[in-house]
Amino acid sequence: MQFLHNTARFPPAIQTARCVFFWGFMAAFTTLYDKLVDRHTVRSLDAEGRELLLYVDRTVLNEYTSPQAFTGLRDAGRPVFRPASALGVIDHVNSTRPERISSPDAQSDDIQMAYFVRNCRDFGIELFDLYHRQQGIEHVVMPELGLVLPGLVIAAGDSHTTTYGAFGALGFGIGTSDIEHFLATQTLVYRRLRNMKLSVSGTLPTGVTAKDVIMAIIRKIGADGAQGHAVEFTGSAISALSIEGRMTICNMAVECGARGALIAPDEKTFAYLAEKPRAPKGDALKAALEDWRALRTDDGAAFDTCVEINASDIEPMVTWGTSPDQAAPISDSIPDPGLEASPARRKDAERALGYMGLLPGTRLQDIRIDHAFIGSCTNARMEDLRAAAAVVKGRKVAVGVDAIVVPGSREVRRMAEAEGIDRIFREAGFEWREPGCSMCLAMNDDVIAPGKRCASSTNRNFEGRQGAGSRTHLMSPAMVAAAAVSGHLCDVRKLEAHHAN
Amino acid sequence: MPIEPFECVSGFIAALPAANIDTDIIMPKTFLKGIDRSGLEKGLFHDLRFDEQGAPRQEFVLNQSPWANAAFLVTGGNFGCGSSREHAVWGLRQFGIRAIIAPSFAGIFFDNCARNGLLAIEAENETVRMLTEQAASGTKITIDLETQTIETEHGAAGFEISERRKFMLQKGLDAVGMTLQWRNEIEAFQTRYLGARAWLA
Repeated sequence: MQFLHNTARFPPAIQTARCVFFWGFMAAFTTLYDKLVDRHTVRSLDAEGRELLLYVDRTVLNEYTSPQAFTGLRDAGRPVFRPASALGVIDHVNSTRPERISSPDAQSDDIQMAYFVRNCRDFGIELFDLYHRQQGIEHVVMPELGLVLPGLVIAAGDSHTTTYGAFGALGFGIGTSDIEHFLATQTLVYRRLRNMKLSVSGTLPTGVTAKDVIMAIIRKIGADGAQGHAVEFTGSAISALSIEGRMTICNMAVECGARGALIAPDEKTFAYLAEKPRAPKGDALKAALEDWRALRTDDGAAFDTCVEINASDIEPMVTWGTSPDQAAPISDSIPDPGLEASPARRKDAERALGYMGLLPGTRLQDIRIDHAFIGSCTNARMEDLRAAAAVVKGRKVAVGVDAIVVPGSREVRRMAEAEGIDRIFREAGFEWREPGCSMCLAMNDDVIAPGKRCASSTNRNFEGRQGAGSRTHLMSPAMVAAAAVSGHLCDVRKLEAHHAN
Repeated sequence: MPIEPFECVSGFIAALPAANIDTDIIMPKTFLKGIDRSGLEKGLFHDLRFDEQGAPRQEFVLNQSPWANAAFLVTGGNFGCGSSREHAVWGLRQFGIRAIIAPSFAGIFFDNCARNGLLAIEAENETVRMLTEQAASGTKITIDLETQTIETEHGAAGFEISERRKFMLQKGLDAVGMTLQWRNEIEAFQTRYLGARAWLA
């Protein structure tokens, strides 16, 4: 990829000089990522220190990727190494319809939820079940409790665990076998990643959000652009983001292949954590802060790959294809696959447009929608709902559009109701749901019919993601709100905002 | 579930020459409702293999002879991106796939392969091209893990794999059991680590 300033592309002489220069200082100048890996290394598993046994501080479990891990423990007669380091949350398969959730049999009738309840009970793991007042999407619940702290390693059975990088914690997704490995040993066999620095300098234009930043990055570097890397996001535009915005960025870093995403913790991070119920308090907090303030990449530390983006160039983004990198600014038209230089990419784009039922040259703003979905671990926190409500206030959902809001957690739902945000959505014609992953991956009853098109504040536009044959356009929550009231994709900056407060 | 050791395997190879084949495509959500690992063979590439009525789509390579019996896949880059669902790997193994050759794999998927005895080979573009051509001819190839070679009618290619991953695949080892050998070391680490961080204790 020509736009990456990869050291491997320097002429050999320069590369050697650079390596020699850094060699003598390797121990002194370290990236934040390598610091986190170093402090969690129990033992090296190879001579080079690339493969190692990594101590993992915490996990969060869900009902759909954990069952076979617990069965593995049961079959081998193994206990959980440290039950207090795990929290169970039901989020993926539950209905988000209030009437279904209030049914006393909703949980016991479902094989995955029922087995999860039994596993958490038998292995001594705290569980937020369907009826718990703190239930919600795992990556919304963990941060709002204050369980995600700077410097931690958190591995969980969901690819969007990268979200936790917003706090300077190394979060990454693992498969079910590794969930079992973690539960039994508190560790993972881990391969050290390369370091990528992604700087976003300058100031974001008005109406451009964290979601647009990460979508622009994914478009630029590709769906595999950060593969094999841990990405550290830096630069003035990242520092200026709220913690919730930073979570959106780190959450979607996995969509460009990153196996870890980090933002160095700062005073904003510490202020956010100070209010959270399970974060350290008093003397413990004082000791923690001393440690947390040192969690940053040393000046002069070498990155394997560096990418720079100017914030002022970013516009509100939408996807037009079936991979998150098939995206464009809302003012653009659908690109012509025929102009794609690589034959493989041309074929991928042609297939994507065929699936999406779209033609090259169509203005993105002319694409009509059938569904609008505001939710998911990417964009269902308070700020997201406030931003969407500001657009929706005083307007109505367009005729023929089914619009739903699924808050990220019960906590978010309560806060939104206290602010009157639920009323704004309901009056506009949105359904106001109970928390869950819902239409992001359609593992519950929130399924889109074949051929129907959705403006979605989620993270993946894969074929069939929101239901077999469904067509997904990813965008920010405010952009979904704008599409919902317009009936077609639309530049939110063209609608006058009515602030919810 | 016992892991079948991988030593030297011969079989047909099918080509899926697209980039970014995600785990939603490999194993659609309809097949993720269970609590065990069984029955996933049917879900593998379901929407590509079967039409809305459940009839096989004849144009899809894994529905054609001899690739319906493929032991290997050669694919485009970033294979297995998206969701962490290990069901994708279980389904591939249950279908009979023993190894996948691609220019690159998504990280979680790559690790999931190693945990289930599925050999994921990150190969040079030249090797991928050669195998894609070979796949079209419908002849068998052989993958020898010990010598790290892929042999075809038209020549052979080497591949890289970490020593540890190779050893585990060859022996079909249970990773948890191996790690628990170091239980005392992990406990000592934890005591030291938490002792230095009162806010985590």
